[in-house]
Amino acid sequence: MQNMAKYLLLIYGDEQRWDAETAAERAAKDAGHRAFAAAAGPGLVSGHELETTATATTLRSSTGERPTPTDGPFLETKEAIGGFYVIEAPDLDAALSLASRLPELTSGHGGVEIRPIVDHG
Amino acid sequence: MTVAEAVERAHREEWARVLAATARFTRDLDLAEECVQDAYARALDTWPEAGVPERPGAWLTTVARNRALDRLRRESHLRRMLPLLVTDEVAPPADDRLGLVLMCCHPALSRDAQVALTLRLVGGLSTAEVARAYLVPEPAMAARITRAKRKIAAARIPMRVPGPGELPDRVAAACEVVHLVYTTGHTAPGGPGLQRTDLADGALAIARMLRLLLPRDAEVAGLLALLLLLDARRDARTAADGRMLLLAEQDRTRWDAGRIAEGTALLGEALRRPPTRWAVQAAIAAVHAESPSWEATDWSEICGLYDVLLSLWPSPVVRLNRAVALGFRDGPAAGLAALEPLLAEPALAGYGYLAAARADFLRRLGRTADAALAYEEAIALTLNDVERAFLTRRLAGLRSNG
Repeated sequence: MQNMAKYLLLIYGDEQRWDAETAAERAAKDAGHRAFAAAAGPGLVSGHELETTATATTLRSSTGERPTPTDGPFLETKEAIGGFYVIEAPDLDAALSLASRLPELTSGHGGVEIRPIVDHG
Repeated sequence: MTVAEAVERAHREEWARVLAATARFTRDLDLAEECVQDAYARALDTWPEAGVPERPGAWLTTVARNRALDRLRRESHLRRMLPLLVTDEVAPPADDRLGLVLMCCHPALSRDAQVALTLRLVGGLSTAEVARAYLVPEPAMAARITRAKRKIAAARIPMRVPGPGELPDRVAAACEVVHLVYTTGHTAPGGPGLQRTDLADGALAIARMLRLLLPRDAEVAGLLALLLLLDARRDARTAADGRMLLLAEQDRTRWDAGRIAEGTALLGEALRRPPTRWAVQAAIAAVHAESPSWEATDWSEICGLYDVLLSLWPSPVVRLNRAVALGFRDGPAAGLAALEPLLAEPALAGYGYLAAARADFLRRLGRTADAALAYEEAIALTLNDVERAFLTRRLAGLRSNG
């Protein structure tokens, strides 16, 4: 057994274009995610699709006071995180090879950020 | 050969191989680098008494590995990795250096980081030398290298040769980096010698390795052709007293006919496909290689090739070289005019060759005072002793004639 590392895959995209997807496009994307999960096999630790940033609430660091919640995501950007996976892979090449199967990468917008997860033993 | 010379030679010739073998073993670049440095320090301590070993590279690798093993055993949190490391040793790759090169040139690293890491880890240059080669301040270069190594460790960028699907892209990136290493060896960024033949040899060796691995890759063929054609002039570039000789002054019978033949044959192959920038640069070198004398140089063909090169690779350095070629085809006034727009180019600020080219054109135009100023600027920007001596001689000649 090879020693594995965990990576967070952050799926970014244009929310307006995600909202505008047809049922057929949505179904194709879902199939793409099932194929991704099948390819990942036991390397898939967890993953979820997220509700839109319109439903997000943010708490910000402040000194002395109790943090107050505000409406919206931490960063207001055109491209937002739409979902994530945590995967296990032996190295970055394996993680990249798996992540490159995500259906969002053929959608013409957005992308996937691969972040190594700190191993605290 | 003194022990110090033997250690220096082992550093030059064996660094990449020793580091690659040690890093494959430790899977930790920083630890590997420290252990390899320790091994070289041990060599300086023990070789005077024990003598220089027959195979210094093998000796250094063994010492570095033992040192790494000690460290790994002592550091308890790493102890659990040991059995895995040992099983990893069953089928060592034929040459660890290729995996090391491809790791340094991994697309997850920025180009700046790729170049810096290859010079540092494969070329064995100090951080200061890498900084000079790359025209950035040393602290900035140190930070760049540290950041890149931290990313390799945290993201687990592997030291491995990828499968055939990924290999061409990875090799294209490596070609650019290898070319830069060769350039650093062709004219050393600083120090007493004009060339660092260790780097030139290292770059050539990696280029040959890539050629063996990808015999049908036009990019690799073009790159290797270029390096061979440039390297053919190696011995002719300095006089017996160590003085630098310009292309115009070189004894062409001292050019390496074997390298020229090999380079030209490869160039023919590379040019059968859409030309890469390497093939066009090799074609320029081939025009010189095939010219019986400096006076017979076909500058029109060279200028035409620079135009093609500029369309493939619009870099300020290519524009500078094209201006120099133009100065030989159409005269120094035309060359000087072509240099003029480059003076405002930020990428060339602090680039000694721009000042040197200007100085040469001004000298040929008889503008002695302007030429002297340009030579002084070039001298201030040049850290290579041999090049600086050449420029200083030119400046002195100017003053004694004027």
